[in-house]
Amino acid sequence: MSEKKREPLLHVSKRASLPWYAVWGIRLAAVALALVLCAIVSILVTGENPLQIFSTIISGAFGTSRKVWMTLQNTAILLCISLAVTPAFRMRFWNVGGEGQALMGCLASAACMILLRGTMPNWLLIACMLLASLLAGGIWGAIPAFFKAKWNTNETLFTLMMNYIATQLVAYFVILWEVPKGAGKIGIINQQTEIGWLPVVGGQKYMLNVIIVSVLVLLMFFYLNYSKHGFEISVVGESERTAHYVGIKVDRVIIRTMILSGAVCGLAGFLLVGGTEHTMTTTIVAGRGFTAVMVSWLAKFNPIWMIVTSMLLVVLERGAGQIATNFGLSSSFADILTGIILFFIIGSEFFIFYKISFHHSDAKEAIARG
Amino acid sequence: MKKIVALILALALCLTCMSVFAEKAPIAQENIKVGFIFLHDEQSTYDLNFMKAIDEVAAEKGIALVKKVGVPEGQECYEAAMDLVDEGCNVIFADSFGHEPYMIQAAKEVPEVEFCHATGTRAHTEGLSNYHNAFAAIYEGRYLAGVAAGMKIKEMIDSGKITVDQAKMGYVGAFTYAEVISGYTSFYLGAKSVVPEVTMEVTFTGSWYDLSAEAEGAQKLIDNGCVLISQHADSLGAPSTCEAAGVPNVSYNGTTIEAGPNTFIVSSRINWAPYYRYVIDCLVNGTAIDADYTGTIATGSVELSDINTAVAAEGTAEAIEAAKAAFEAGTLKVFATDTYTVQGAAQDSYMADVDTDEAYTADTEVVADGYFHESEYRSAPYFDVQIDGITLLDTAF
Repeated sequence: MSEKKREPLLHVSKRASLPWYAVWGIRLAAVALALVLCAIVSILVTGENPLQIFSTIISGAFGTSRKVWMTLQNTAILLCISLAVTPAFRMRFWNVGGEGQALMGCLASAACMILLRGTMPNWLLIACMLLASLLAGGIWGAIPAFFKAKWNTNETLFTLMMNYIATQLVAYFVILWEVPKGAGKIGIINQQTEIGWLPVVGGQKYMLNVIIVSVLVLLMFFYLNYSKHGFEISVVGESERTAHYVGIKVDRVIIRTMILSGAVCGLAGFLLVGGTEHTMTTTIVAGRGFTAVMVSWLAKFNPIWMIVTSMLLVVLERGAGQIATNFGLSSSFADILTGIILFFIIGSEFFIFYKISFHHSDAKEAIARG
Repeated sequence: MKKIVALILALALCLTCMSVFAEKAPIAQENIKVGFIFLHDEQSTYDLNFMKAIDEVAAEKGIALVKKVGVPEGQECYEAAMDLVDEGCNVIFADSFGHEPYMIQAAKEVPEVEFCHATGTRAHTEGLSNYHNAFAAIYEGRYLAGVAAGMKIKEMIDSGKITVDQAKMGYVGAFTYAEVISGYTSFYLGAKSVVPEVTMEVTFTGSWYDLSAEAEGAQKLIDNGCVLISQHADSLGAPSTCEAAGVPNVSYNGTTIEAGPNTFIVSSRINWAPYYRYVIDCLVNGTAIDADYTGTIATGSVELSDINTAVAAEGTAEAIEAAKAAFEAGTLKVFATDTYTVQGAAQDSYMADVDTDEAYTADTEVVADGYFHESEYRSAPYFDVQIDGITLLDTAF
């Protein structure tokens, strides 16, 4: 009788870890498939040659030297926030509050630029901005960590909620500092005097951010892999019990790591407000706090690989925007393309951890193997 | 002494700038490429109004046009502007107030490209020869729309549908910003010219485009007993809510008759096409573009849509025509100081914040000859006075 029972057609099983080239092969295949689907969608909508659509993606990200710099700048900020959330992830603390932590950094920098202008030399103001941003981001990271360490609250929900509080705080201060009155916008802060603007390095205004984040990549790499703190983070991530057993103060590691995580997010806010945007809006972080989760995850929490994953996402996003402009489509079209690409990239992770087999042959094999 | 030297230096700088930039090299019409930055896309009545105008002028003059839609009022605007520069645009337009600082930033970096920004306030103080503001005397259009609203309320009173005490209008605004205040006040004064007893309640959404907030705002006003609604925000939230509630609506940015066939009366709008023609002609002729351009009824920049005769009161068209003729003859001023009071007193002096600064310094006397001189010292409105008869329900934004 049992033979008549219908078994599911597909069988999903967890697979042993794949070699790195197979993992990246799957990911690249996913990107390729995503691009094919994007091409099909674009052809259906625009009637253009797909090659032209791909070349538009490349030209959108690298078409002119200005575009190259914008791509690098966007990559730097996304990478900075990704680096920030990584120590927490390594310890299995799911910090989805990067958005709010970076936003608090932006708020602190903007506050210094507005409230302290004209009271001190520029280098001192910039130092104040940096300190305030690190502090603001750090505090925003420390609050959920404290509750997690003391009362084991759910860090995902807690950090998520903290994002909304940060957004509302920024909204409040935007109205407080709006120019002109009633406009609901701050505009560019100190546009005439450039007080609190980070210096331009090498004649390229995005250069400084790129350099700072590059250094940060190396620092984070060594911190995570070769420092005592990094080791403690890994142990806590593996098993809190083990950590207790070997004498690591888990509470302290959680709080310390989240302060670091938040502070680096605050640094991203400082680079955004002081370095390039010189303004503050509720959307200035532009969802990078969430995209960073993906960047970090795809790179398996490895800071060096994050350079690749963050740039990949930025290039795709900027390319999709260029397609929308060139072919006269609404901005939603760019979002659709980015959505397709992200869907495939995230989906590909499934195939890295699990394998799908048609049950029939698989079952036979299993029996054969005994 | 220092101040005088600084002043002389500043003047000298201005003069050299003017002499250098007064004449620009003409550009052949076929070489002109226009870049346009939109805050939203065609779903927004506000952006759609700009889009139609630039499409019309680009087609008429046979010039290339590159559009960037959905560009937020932040660094993205600067990036979009620079992208358009890279694509070879000679002139770049932006349509939203918050784009201004980023347009100025781009204009500073690329002096050979013209940057024209609608609704901004800073061109006249920025001293850049390639950065310009434009607006229209839309307060006159709002006044005319207000006349239509007044006619409708008069009809309701005459037919016994409401009493004079119930003659209350509602207005959904975006921000407590001068452009909005000037707009609703002129609308109110237009209605008041027909029904002197009329009052108005105003609510703010804190966004230029927020469908649900605008719908909720309109519903709140209707629940408060407002018998007619108008709005200054860009979605179809308010018109649709009015249609559902059967409350007459006076619209903005163009006709919304499709959203409200049984409630739409009339809409005022700025027709931007005359401005775009002017800018293109300046480029072709090599003449300088004015720092501030204020379109008027005479230039064809201030328009009313067709009146929905199914809803509008009888005689509306004639009343509007009469007021329009009076505007053109110069005998009617929207903000004539004998038509409104501020805290019970007539307004014989007002210092407005014409030169935008962070401290909101009131810098220019704008009341003279018996009226408030709106949009004369710069193109963007600066009437931000709370007059009697209008109640603000909330001022959080």
